[in-house]
Amino acid sequence: MRGQAVVAGVGHTRYGKLPGRDRIDLIVEAARSASADAGVEKERLDGVLVKMANSAPSILYGQKVAEALGLRPRVGAALDQGGAANIALISYAAMAIEAGLMEMALVCYGDTPRTGSRAVYHRPRGDDAVYGWYATAAGYAMIHQAYKQRYATPDEHFGAIAVQARAHGLENPMGHLRQALPMEAYLEGRCLIDPLRRNDCCLVSDGGAAVIVTSAKLARALGIEQAVPILGFGQGQESWDVHLRPDLTRTMAAVSAETAYAMAGLGPGEIDVAQLYDCFTVTVLQTMEDYGLAPRGQAGAFALAEGIGPEGALPLNTSGGLLSESGTPGLQLVIEGVRQMRGDARLQVRDPKACIVSNQGGSMHSHATLILGAPS
Amino acid sequence: MIPRPEITEVNRAYWDGLAEGRLQFQRCTACGAAWLPPRGACPNCLAPEPTWERSRGRGRLISWVVYRHAYADHLKERLPYNVAIVELDEGPRLLTNIVDSAEGHGFYVGARLTLALEEEEGLALARFRLAETER
Repeated sequence: MRGQAVVAGVGHTRYGKLPGRDRIDLIVEAARSASADAGVEKERLDGVLVKMANSAPSILYGQKVAEALGLRPRVGAALDQGGAANIALISYAAMAIEAGLMEMALVCYGDTPRTGSRAVYHRPRGDDAVYGWYATAAGYAMIHQAYKQRYATPDEHFGAIAVQARAHGLENPMGHLRQALPMEAYLEGRCLIDPLRRNDCCLVSDGGAAVIVTSAKLARALGIEQAVPILGFGQGQESWDVHLRPDLTRTMAAVSAETAYAMAGLGPGEIDVAQLYDCFTVTVLQTMEDYGLAPRGQAGAFALAEGIGPEGALPLNTSGGLLSESGTPGLQLVIEGVRQMRGDARLQVRDPKACIVSNQGGSMHSHATLILGAPS
Repeated sequence: MIPRPEITEVNRAYWDGLAEGRLQFQRCTACGAAWLPPRGACPNCLAPEPTWERSRGRGRLISWVVYRHAYADHLKERLPYNVAIVELDEGPRLLTNIVDSAEGHGFYVGARLTLALEEEEGLALARFRLAETER
């Protein structure tokens, strides 16, 4: 599959608190922007693949979205893998295009949990609610604790991820939270569920995002010059109950990355820039380690010593990630990866050859990996 | 009011057992695997009709968190409180509360634990305490 499919265009709305906006209207705005970016008419889109809206799951959602886009696509689907769904959909689009089911797909997402309901993130978790087991953040707090205890990790190692994300988001005019975060402020941050601090947790944002996936061949025929090749992808899934995972400090993200590296013919040493799903800081540390980008237990030390800014050893989440650009689940990371490879990112890394992007859902339940190359 | 567990044919024996002072888990009659939460079939070999077995009520601490924010009204007066993962010596894991310290003082991964059944609003709960003699 290496290089057979490309990302032909990207688009998104402003992120943050967007009162009065409908989630499907946000998708339409992002689609309009992605079509303009690719330079293709929306009638070219014969696939519409949408990530289920976290705050409002519904039946036949893909068809509702296609109707709002004025399309009767050949291929349509809505997927629920939590935050891993966007990259999963991009990979399914690439394969369906290769198989001849369609030629050009819109992969999209829009939601309004900031102005609407955040109840999904606070809900009781099954029968374990009798013990007070509530909220998405609690699963991450369990994982954060296990990691911290295993490696005797100083709090600054988690803080390094949040501080750098906010430094990057400060430069992003479309971003949700544009405010520097000094390490002292991170360390003093309020705890909701120990050991998580406020700034270990991502934003909750309204917004829409979309990318257009097509074959490298069609992109060439249409004269889309900045088409970004998809070099590899992979997935890995964990148990529903966080507490049943044999080792809380690692996940199937490692398998997801191995699959993507094998397809791309690349290893972690050849990754020039990374956009890693930072719903919580511990997720980034574990993903760096599962991806082979830092030694086990040392991702935070690596970030502090080697640098994760645009000039650092591993430029990471260069548009601010979920901690600063937008809490929307993951497509913004793909879009920033595409921009880095095209060379038109705001905090541009010098001449990158490969970008790895992670998406993950739930409390590290699902994981998907995407490796992007430079336009030829 | 604390939320009530949703009693089904699959988990009824678990909650009835707790009410009678027994923490039980399921064991597969075909492959011997042991697990919680209750299921209709073995997650290892998929054989149906697992049996119930009483746990000795000993285990170790895997991880824990301390809530400082109440995500439901009834939890406000409980703050702060901990939720912990316990692995029973027989293998199955469960979520629980450790009764010794709301804020987790003295907790560490691998700490030995003993079952400390409690009743709250008429519901029997499988809580645990630190087993000091075994430390």
